[in-house]
Amino acid sequence: MNKSVMIVGVGGQGTLLASRILGSALLSSGFNVKLSEVHGMSQRGGSVVTYVKYGENIASPVIEKGEADIILAFEQLEAARWLEYMKPDGKVVVNTQQIDPMSVVIGDSVYPEGVIDSVRAAGADVLEIDALPLAQQAGSAKAVNVVLIGAMAKFTDIPKEVWLEAVKECVPAKFMELNLNAFELGYSYGG
Amino acid sequence: MKKLLLGNEAVARGLYEAGCRVVSSYPGTPSTEVTEYAAKYDEIYSEWAPNEKVAMEVAYGASVAGARAFCAMKHVGLNVAADPLFTASYTGVNAGLVILVADDPGMHSSQNEQDSRHYAMASKIMMLEPADSEECLKYTKLAFELSERFDTPVIIRETTRVAHSRSVAPLADRVDNGLKEYTKNPQKYVMAPANAKGKHVVVENRIVEQTAFAEKEAVEIGLNSVEYNSKKIGVISAGICYDYAKEALGDKASYLKLGCVYPLPVELIRSFAAECETVYVLEELDDFIETHCLKNGIQVKGKAEFSLLGEYSQSLIAKVILGEEKPCIKADVDVPARPPVLCAGCPHRGLFYALKTSGVATVTGDIGCYTLGGSKPLGMIDTVLCMGASISSLHGRNKANPDAANKSVAVIGDSTFIHSGITGLVNIAYNQSNSVSIILDNSITGMTGHQHNPTTGYTIKGDPTAAVSLEKLCEAVGINNVFVCDPYDIEQTRQAVKSALDCNGPAVVISRRPCALLKTVKHNPPLWVDAEKCRSCKMCMRIGCPAISMKDGKACIDATQCVGCNVCSQLCKFDAIV
Repeated sequence: MNKSVMIVGVGGQGTLLASRILGSALLSSGFNVKLSEVHGMSQRGGSVVTYVKYGENIASPVIEKGEADIILAFEQLEAARWLEYMKPDGKVVVNTQQIDPMSVVIGDSVYPEGVIDSVRAAGADVLEIDALPLAQQAGSAKAVNVVLIGAMAKFTDIPKEVWLEAVKECVPAKFMELNLNAFELGYSYGG
Repeated sequence: MKKLLLGNEAVARGLYEAGCRVVSSYPGTPSTEVTEYAAKYDEIYSEWAPNEKVAMEVAYGASVAGARAFCAMKHVGLNVAADPLFTASYTGVNAGLVILVADDPGMHSSQNEQDSRHYAMASKIMMLEPADSEECLKYTKLAFELSERFDTPVIIRETTRVAHSRSVAPLADRVDNGLKEYTKNPQKYVMAPANAKGKHVVVENRIVEQTAFAEKEAVEIGLNSVEYNSKKIGVISAGICYDYAKEALGDKASYLKLGCVYPLPVELIRSFAAECETVYVLEELDDFIETHCLKNGIQVKGKAEFSLLGEYSQSLIAKVILGEEKPCIKADVDVPARPPVLCAGCPHRGLFYALKTSGVATVTGDIGCYTLGGSKPLGMIDTVLCMGASISSLHGRNKANPDAANKSVAVIGDSTFIHSGITGLVNIAYNQSNSVSIILDNSITGMTGHQHNPTTGYTIKGDPTAAVSLEKLCEAVGINNVFVCDPYDIEQTRQAVKSALDCNGPAVVISRRPCALLKTVKHNPPLWVDAEKCRSCKMCMRIGCPAISMKDGKACIDATQCVGCNVCSQLCKFDAIV
């Protein structure tokens, strides 16, 4: 059966590395994989999304409304923005970080209160995680993306060893230990 | 061996395996990575050219000299390269010449949604359209063979979703047949009218031959393919739309997939359509295939049911054809939009703020990150049209309304200036208008993701090379007033702009500071706000820096984003930012 994961966040948060690790883990598990990402303009602090689909035979590389099994959100508001793209019985893994869009910064709109609560109220099964302190514990604030991949990993049917190999394959050698630690901290989070 | 490849990476792999020897391109989303990946192969000479026209002419020259050659561009880049394209169709090639054009349905990163298939038809050049990375690789290799066989350039058309999706593709070894012999042949290569008249006949005959190829041989090699399932619904499609249709309809439909979108077969389509009850043409943007069907009396449904705008998707197709929609849940919360912004520490920010506080009324803009200077709160761009138009259209404005010239400026990046701003500046100097052109020199081609250009002093491979001196170039074309400023220094930048506007005659301001995201740029320690000194006046918010926000009524700087550019601290009247 085909499955799909959406990785959403804000340009600059490292969602592309996360999707590459996921793609690598899926490929070495023998799945047919398609990933879709948007480059260019949306790298500049805009809302970014990567689609990852896997199974026996994947046709379309994009995920549409009501299709994702998992949404991995690097930022709260982005979880709410993309929630419609998830199957009603899907899983949301959300980083509790809040990043104000420019319209909020300049006072044209407000960052809504209780975003994660409203995602839950919509019926979503949510795991919230504050990934920044875990990343810092692993050695760098920049490893937030790998912590989050770790937190998401246990909701897939891929063995942990495969994930660790994928992390090794996708990060530079000198940051490998740090990123493996970051993955572990995410993986063991919340039981 | 199989690998998970980005569509653009797969095209580059195809170039490698096909023995391509010369690649010349100008960056443009979503085509950029093809050339970046090609440059990783030492067997391929790769370069960034100043613009797409030059790139195509370089590739053409290499082809005529006997090397398999290639150039890549985004859809609007093909407008720039249209001149060589149309006549290269007449001369044909020596070794294979392949041109990649990447369309951007949905305008993820573009200023229009033009459909490049019209170029294939208009220039009478064969066009292939892959649907995934495996086809990107395969079609690239096939394109070289077809180019040599039919003596024509061949265009590969991607769309954003194909260019920027990763899927599995099998790899093979490189086959390099060396340099083909070049023989002088003015009838073929010199397109003076007498020769061109003869060549036009060749071009028309070639399309007839290629149509025959599309009808039969293309089916035999799987380039055009028919798959019969339920015949209640027939789908004629190409590229990514075929994938969407397969996902939406599965075996509820039969498919005619066209890997060659120009020239299109007639009898193949006719016989497929005759087998199916209702036939849909599924194609993004224009009704290119649909028009071809209707012209040949083949009844199909298409744009009346779907759209000329934006992207298609599996859900759109399922909704229109099957009347099915998937259930979904929605969070009951107002989610503010999150458009892209100028990065923290972006040198363009200081320049735009200086313009805003120097009495500048009109800014003609251009294509690059600095287009974002038009967004709130800076809001300093009046017009954006195409590469280079900032400078040339400012000249037009100032000739039409000379009284406004001392309050009007053009802004253009270093790479865009070299691409096609320089010709506009030559025009300003030649036809003398009191125009102020501001070159935002951030030492890189920024928006497309950091490519070198003729002003940076480095090649695509990172090797040192000659660098254009913007000051000398401006002087050489006849601009006598050239001012240089650092946009991190707002007062200095204001002075430079004011001096330029006060000049009697054309002037250029070079606002120079490297992109803050460049790896070679050393950042200052992050700034912070002394909450006791902060009076909550929000002056620092006027520059729209994503690192600054209000927390508990006081300004607050995000240390992970701040690069210590000090632009905000120059705005603070209470010395609260340190």
